Amino acid sequence: MRTLTSLFCCLWLLTTAAVAEPLPGEIEATEITAPVEITTEVLLQQLTEAKLKDTQDILEQLEAKAGEQLLPLFRSLLNGNLYYVKESAQVVIVNDDDSLLDALTGNAMAAVPSSELKKIRVNNTLRSYLRGAIARIQLTATNPERRLQAVRSLLSELDAPTVELIANLRQQETDADVQSIMDLALALDVVRTQTDTASRLSAIQIMQDSLESEVRIVLNQAVTDSDKQVQAAAKKALAAIEQRVEMFAFIDQLFFGLSLGSVLLLAAIGLAITFGVMGVINMAHGEMIMLGAYTTYVVQLLMPELIDYSLWVAIPLAFIVSGSVGMLIQRFVIRYLHGRPLETLLATFGISLVLQQLVRTIFSPLNRQVATPEWMSGSLEINPVLSLTLNRLYILAFALLVFFALQLILKKTNLGLNVRAVSQNRDMAKAMGIRTDWVDALTFGLGSGIAGIAGVALSQLTNVGPNLGQAYIIDSFMVVVFGGVGNLLGTLVAAFSLGIANKFLEPVTGAVLASILVLVFIILFIQKRPKGLFPQKGRAAE
Amino acid sequence: MNLIEKIFSIGREQPGSSTMPFVVILGALCILASAANLLVPVDSPLHVSTYTITLLGKYLCYAMLALAVDIIWGYCGILSLGHGAFFALGGYAMGMYLMRQIGDRGVYGNPELPDFMVFLNWTELPWYWQGMDQFWFAMLMVLLIPGLLAFVFGWLAFRSRVTGVYLSIMTQAMTYALMLAFFRNEMGFGGNNGLTDFKDLMGFDLQSDTTRVVLFLTTALMLGLIFILSKLILRSRFGKVIVAIRDGESRARFIGYHTERYKVWLFVYSAMIAAVAGALYVPQVGIINPGEFSPLNSIEVVVWVAVGGRGTLIGAVIGALLVNYAKTRFTAIMPEGWLFALGALFVLVTLFLPKGLVGLFSRRPGKAKPITAEPAKEERA
Repeated sequence: MRTLTSLFCCLWLLTTAAVAEPLPGEIEATEITAPVEITTEVLLQQLTEAKLKDTQDILEQLEAKAGEQLLPLFRSLLNGNLYYVKESAQVVIVNDDDSLLDALTGNAMAAVPSSELKKIRVNNTLRSYLRGAIARIQLTATNPERRLQAVRSLLSELDAPTVELIANLRQQETDADVQSIMDLALALDVVRTQTDTASRLSAIQIMQDSLESEVRIVLNQAVTDSDKQVQAAAKKALAAIEQRVEMFAFIDQLFFGLSLGSVLLLAAIGLAITFGVMGVINMAHGEMIMLGAYTTYVVQLLMPELIDYSLWVAIPLAFIVSGSVGMLIQRFVIRYLHGRPLETLLATFGISLVLQQLVRTIFSPLNRQVATPEWMSGSLEINPVLSLTLNRLYILAFALLVFFALQLILKKTNLGLNVRAVSQNRDMAKAMGIRTDWVDALTFGLGSGIAGIAGVALSQLTNVGPNLGQAYIIDSFMVVVFGGVGNLLGTLVAAFSLGIANKFLEPVTGAVLASILVLVFIILFIQKRPKGLFPQKGRAAE
Repeated sequence: MNLIEKIFSIGREQPGSSTMPFVVILGALCILASAANLLVPVDSPLHVSTYTITLLGKYLCYAMLALAVDIIWGYCGILSLGHGAFFALGGYAMGMYLMRQIGDRGVYGNPELPDFMVFLNWTELPWYWQGMDQFWFAMLMVLLIPGLLAFVFGWLAFRSRVTGVYLSIMTQAMTYALMLAFFRNEMGFGGNNGLTDFKDLMGFDLQSDTTRVVLFLTTALMLGLIFILSKLILRSRFGKVIVAIRDGESRARFIGYHTERYKVWLFVYSAMIAAVAGALYVPQVGIINPGEFSPLNSIEVVVWVAVGGRGTLIGAVIGALLVNYAKTRFTAIMPEGWLFALGALFVLVTLFLPKGLVGLFSRRPGKAKPITAEPAKEERA
């Protein structure tokens, strides 16, 4: 099945490629007629023939002529993947996957055998020129965000001409953010190169508010400065910056803790419901997570063109797949083991082994890579020392969403009412006419379905493999034990506190010891509060 | 057939009377196998290879481990999913002794430090390795360390009345934590690779046929002794309280028994049996690594007991031997299928064979009398 699909994909790609081939050429032909293009074209032509010492001359002319348009060309020249076709002297960019782009228009081109290509050579002088040129082009970009990035990338390589350029551009700059980073760049230069104490002190004053790593490097140099006043100011500024950096490092750790907590929450919350209602542990719960993750993988396999939307398909599908497998397990195995929790534990463990081996047989024992949609990749950069990865941020929000949705189901729906009744007192609920066996089945389906959703989320963080679920069963049970059975709020608090505790212990003790310490802590915690953080109130003996 | 039936059925009615025949049969078979290895010439069809002897020895160690689990699960209702931890700790203690026995015959030729320590650039022996070159001390540690762990764990758990699935998962977490810990190189137990390359035991070459047969016979002897001892303990007053706790812990407590003390000591006893099994296992297979701590290993033991029939001791031994024989055959024919079979075994045994194989034989009318319904206890309750 899988091979067939990939075969179709290959065929499809081949045919589209074949159809698309002649098109770029036509477009080029029409574009080349524009007057500016002709001169750059000529210059490019010269570039292919020029000797190394003349190259810079040509590049400078190019820079003056075409500006922003040549950014990709300059970049690829810097990275050493700018080539030209021997016959036509057409300059091309060779991507990592060997596909060709026209250097000027950026259009895709038909493949040319590598023997037909010749590399355009660069040396170190040219490279440093190229870096400056790229920065200059970016500094004059129309998008203020680009200009900001350009100045930032220049902070570490400020030389006299660049500083001069920035100083000039600073006069015309209108965007406040770009202005302040330009000021910072100039201040860095002042502290480093000038001798006038007053101006250096005021420059340090400007630098004090920045978290750029370059600022700290320059300040560290200034601490050993001969000028006592500058030295003191630098020390003070450095201390202030260090303090803020530490605070942001703390926030970063907190974020990772919350992220781990959200994963634990997703994994444990389904277990919490089934354990709360039926008093049995579903050892195959981890495999429900794994099934959800594999559902994501299969969905992406079936719609390779629409990765961005795949998760919206995968989430309900994973819920259905894992939920129905869970219900099957409940109807065919667990139902018959009612009142024997230890046997249930063993039977579900057997099921988890079978499910793992099944996945291993169908999908191979190797890990599978699940693609991250465009909108989930990248990170949210708050400042130079703190950036939050988007996928973790989304999963955190998603976990909370699932939590509140579940809370709503349990508090407001008929099913929720029944579930709460059965978990509080099964016999009494039965006497009141609640069909406990159906409540059991539905609860099991719901819990397993949520595990499936957790699998979709996990597939965005780790590799998808047959052992994916196994790693989470003990952790999720710890969360349930810690939080207390029959109370979802306890699960929430427990998941996040365990996640945060783990991440804060990690740098001190190492990852392995951290998880051991957390385990030991929970074992000791149960001594004090056997029913968890938020025990269910009741009057049952024992 | 008649004989087997006799062993099993009598066992159900009068606990203990089947012990002697079983132990005698076990001992006789083991001696026969050993004789067939040492005395019968290699080309004879009756010859039993040393490989088989070692394999059988391994099975007997597993049987001992199953016995340990059966004692607490079958008789006291404590489902431990972490007994592999005690087994592995016992194995590590033995492994440490065997490592020290290598002396300067290791790859690096350091008379004091095992190879992996030299590899890690350690200069001296960690304090917990001191004295492990003495056999008596190592054997003491085999019993003491797992016993101590079981005592602390049991005391903490039983005192706060952690029972049922909570306890099971806790034991699993314990073995999981130990596995993580032993995987660390800094722990000083060889990290991922564990302890291996053993040369000899008390001066006897571990590779020689005689040593292997002696090890095998020692294992059989220990299994027999522990079997008899366990039967005696479980038949005593202590054992009766244990069964009472299994059937109604609250009742036993209300009558006035300190149930947690009974449970803790039974747990310690069981852990020590597991440790002895581990200590006998290591010289026969020649390696001990953190994989032995993996939760899957521990839970597999439970299925051996379930297959054989819990609460019967004989069942545990038979279950362990049968399932492991099946595993050896199965993994040789189709390795992919073993996990399917094992998983199915879990489900089928719990669903259709709650009393295990032994339960099948004792299901004759008038004979199927569970140990639980002893009149004396009912009166007291």
